Amino acid sequence: MSSADPKGIPPDSHLESAIRSGDQNAMAALYDRYSSIVYSVALRVLGDTGAAEDVLQDVFMQLWRNPSAFDSSRGSLGAWLAVIARNRAIDTLRKRRPESNIADIVISVETDMASDADRARSAEKVRGILGSMPAAQRSALEMAYFEGLTHTEIAAKTGEPLGTIKTRIRAGLLALRKAFQE
Amino acid sequence: MTGHEQYAEDLALYALGSLQGDERANLEKHLDTCSSCRQELEALRGDGALLALAATGPKPPQRSRQRLVDAIAKEPRGSSAPIPAPARQFNLWAFFGWAAAVGMFLVAIQLRRQNTSLQVAVNSLGSVVGSQTIELENARRVVDTLTSPEAHTVTLVAGKTPPQPQGKAFYLRNRTGLVFVANNLAPLPPDKIYELWLIPPDGKPIPAGLFKPDARGNASVINPPGIPAGVEANTFAVTLEAASGPHDAPRGTGVMAGGV
Repeated sequence: MSSADPKGIPPDSHLESAIRSGDQNAMAALYDRYSSIVYSVALRVLGDTGAAEDVLQDVFMQLWRNPSAFDSSRGSLGAWLAVIARNRAIDTLRKRRPESNIADIVISVETDMASDADRARSAEKVRGILGSMPAAQRSALEMAYFEGLTHTEIAAKTGEPLGTIKTRIRAGLLALRKAFQE
Repeated sequence: MTGHEQYAEDLALYALGSLQGDERANLEKHLDTCSSCRQELEALRGDGALLALAATGPKPPQRSRQRLVDAIAKEPRGSSAPIPAPARQFNLWAFFGWAAAVGMFLVAIQLRRQNTSLQVAVNSLGSVVGSQTIELENARRVVDTLTSPEAHTVTLVAGKTPPQPQGKAFYLRNRTGLVFVANNLAPLPPDKIYELWLIPPDGKPIPAGLFKPDARGNASVINPPGIPAGVEANTFAVTLEAASGPHDAPRGTGVMAGGV
């Protein structure tokens, strides 16, 4: 949920509202807030700065053209942008057309990412959780998320049974959720 | 999720886009009717968003911000389109109904003509767009072939007689991209033509394009058709062939060759 920052940073909801009414300055402010997370995830997936910049541009332009695609009642805008960026980057990596409309991507997450401090704290926490996972589980999760591999491809790559891969990926995601609920 | 545990693991994969085939189709069918599984899917996507945070760190270059600012300035929202001025009343209408009817008829004919010419223009634009799309794809393959770290770069050389003909082949196997450039080629004898060959591990040459050098002995072959997708290349070679063909297998003299 977008909440007001104690240091006076305008909450996401204010920026969203301004963007819906066509405020270009609000769009620039939103870019300043979330471009790093969008660019980072695209760069991690694609490994190419130029291609990551293209995804960055594409994600923000989609929001500009269709701001109502984001359902602010379901979670933070930063998290939603991260998911859209990751999906677009995977589409680019696999040289395929976008598999889903951004308006169809509904996510539910409570973690606030509106301030630099929130994002840095959360990122550190995620890295810590990943670091504490068994290597095989972390690897399966990263192959699915950052390489866009299907569970069949991961099983073929690792030589593990399909069921094991499925279990590892779900358990990995739930471990992240649990840590952020505590 | 209670009572829906059989979908639990598939939901996690689906949230990451990693579920394919029948399992995906079955799950999507179930999601159409199950709100609790849809909620869980949203939560799992949220978990995925947390995972994205692990990648945070790099900042985009400053030019990206300007690029976005320029782009949104070109697509302003919230502004109304100018309202067209109302058409002037034609006063004679009230008095000369028949004249109006004739006028309407003429307008209808004119509109029909315009419609036909617009249709022709649309069709023409469609074909232009189609050809530009093909050209763009071709250009993209050329760039990929020249710049991809996966591309093999092969130098083909001839004997020691100066100036030596020389060729470079850039081959991107997974996209079947091939760019070949040559220089110092000897002028072609009458009724002859150069032919490029891709020689796979099985040794059976695959035709990779006919070409003629320009007056300075330079030539190129870009993405020739007919190369099987994904074929591995061991060697590239150029031969001098009869211009009249056939060109399905090398029959002439070798000019240059190079191995991958």
